[in-house]
Amino acid sequence: MKAIVRVAQLLLLCLLSVAGPARAELTIQITKGVEGALPIAIVPFGGNAGAPDDIAAIVTADLKRSGRFAPLAPSQFIDRPTEFGQINFGNWRSLQVNHVAVGSVRAGGNGYTVQFQLADVFQGGQVMAYSFDVRANELRRLAHHIADLIYEKLTGEKGAFATRIAYITAAPGGRSYALVVADSDGYNPQTVLRSAQPIMSPAWSPDGTRLAYVTFENRTSQIVVQDVYSGARQTISASPGINGAPTWAPDGRRLAFTLSKDGNPEIYAYDLGGGTLTRLTTSSAIDTEAAWSPDGSSIVFTSDRGGSPQLYRTPASGGSAERISFAGDYNARPAFSPDGKSVALMSRSGGRFAIAVLNLATRQQKTLTEGGMDESPSFAPNGSMIIYATQRGGRGVLAAVSVDGRVQQTLLSQEGDVREPAWAPYTR
Amino acid sequence: MNTLLKSLLIASSLALFAGCSSSGGTAGDGSADGAAGASTYGAGRGSAFGGGAGGTGAGGAAGPAGGYVGGPGASEAQRVVYFDFDSSDIRADSRPVIEAHAQYLVQNPGAAVVLEGHTDERGSREYNIALGERRSTAVRRVMETLGVKSQQMRNVSYGKERPAVAGHDEAAYSQNRRVEIAY
Repeated sequence: MKAIVRVAQLLLLCLLSVAGPARAELTIQITKGVEGALPIAIVPFGGNAGAPDDIAAIVTADLKRSGRFAPLAPSQFIDRPTEFGQINFGNWRSLQVNHVAVGSVRAGGNGYTVQFQLADVFQGGQVMAYSFDVRANELRRLAHHIADLIYEKLTGEKGAFATRIAYITAAPGGRSYALVVADSDGYNPQTVLRSAQPIMSPAWSPDGTRLAYVTFENRTSQIVVQDVYSGARQTISASPGINGAPTWAPDGRRLAFTLSKDGNPEIYAYDLGGGTLTRLTTSSAIDTEAAWSPDGSSIVFTSDRGGSPQLYRTPASGGSAERISFAGDYNARPAFSPDGKSVALMSRSGGRFAIAVLNLATRQQKTLTEGGMDESPSFAPNGSMIIYATQRGGRGVLAAVSVDGRVQQTLLSQEGDVREPAWAPYTR
Repeated sequence: MNTLLKSLLIASSLALFAGCSSSGGTAGDGSADGAAGASTYGAGRGSAFGGGAGGTGAGGAAGPAGGYVGGPGASEAQRVVYFDFDSSDIRADSRPVIEAHAQYLVQNPGAAVVLEGHTDERGSREYNIALGERRSTAVRRVMETLGVKSQQMRNVSYGKERPAVAGHDEAAYSQNRRVEIAY
């Protein structure tokens, strides 16, 4: 029963209908691993040869890049069971893995029936067993879902592999820009908007169905909200001057963004239903890059009212703002963690921009990346990782770092610049 | 109908600019911009900067001393105001560029410009949008003191999204910290 509900959720997730295919997929390269990861074996699924995607390989890659697991290379396997009853636990004990996942793929009906089981090698018992019926084009997402199930069972935290990311690409020379939505591992990229003018600041609605972003399509900035499934677009703001940095309220009914129509950049809240605009900040300096707290109560933003760009916090209803960042001479672009306890930001030290996390209770700021041109951090919906933009070989690429800074990876693209990743929330 | 009229106006102004500039590419970019902002004067302003004068310096509106040329006939170099790092102060060497365009705009009250602010690549994207706007506003203020009407100017900031020069060193950065005056 639970599995059936999950399949229904998967079907919903797969309805990305209007989008066009993007040219280049991203390839993940793990640049810094972690010790103490859980040893596990994901055995190639039986009958998978006829299926378009290798489920075990996808699950293995997901678990590996989380940094929490150390999947054993298939070349070391002694045997290749495809169901729980075939597992020779002695073999797996000798390979020193704690858990082994087995499964099978059978063609039938309109697609495939996928079964999988997770076993505890030392207890010799079954930990999980699932069966799914999916269409061929859902196999890849199902593999991410299986990785999520294993991740949650063995770490106690919800997985975030069957999620998506949005990002901006810029063709060499700035000739064209695109807003792309892809799986969290960079596969299945779908272009949802292409423009000859810059596209900026994508932000997911809390239900993961819409993206707010900034366009310059009419050579003036505008904030647009686009339904990711239907492609329907609505211009939210096209005031004189800046229309920038949209962020969603957790209720999905309001946006906060930056306008300079009153003379200098200030942050406003906008009610999507009623269209009312409420000004939240008042200073003669730059106020921008609002991030709405997950509990809805406050807004953290970037301001240079103290001389250098720093983070400030103000009630979501407006009022006085309190400075919250103090380390270094440049702290900007806050992004809330899903639990609301911290914000990721870009922080400059020694002329290098790095991704850092600021604990809002203790005000401790911890730098996670080595730095250079690191920017635009975004938390995974389970809070385990932060995806961000950086440069490799003079080109913009995406990278991810675990919140403890121990696991780092780069998502390489084939051409152009990739920037401004936004990790989608869990789809409800 | 409206779209057709607009297309004709854009086409005619493009044709006029092509006749008045030695660098067709950049003039084309500038004119398309201007047409989008205020297409209604597109057909009438050609005479303001002379028939068929060749490119920079020679043609265009009569500029201030020093050979600076304002108006849509100005060369690309004479349509850009550069800034120091982390600054929106107008440098002394930029004054003649602004003055030349201000003179053109005062003499041609039907003309309009877009002041496009840009930054180098350092720092966050939206904060750079704000910095770029600071620069375009600084140019606008100087223009206003020189008599240009507010409604002749529109500000837009591209931040670091549209660098003039690729590259990740000060040589590139100094070319990217700029305001482009686009007709």
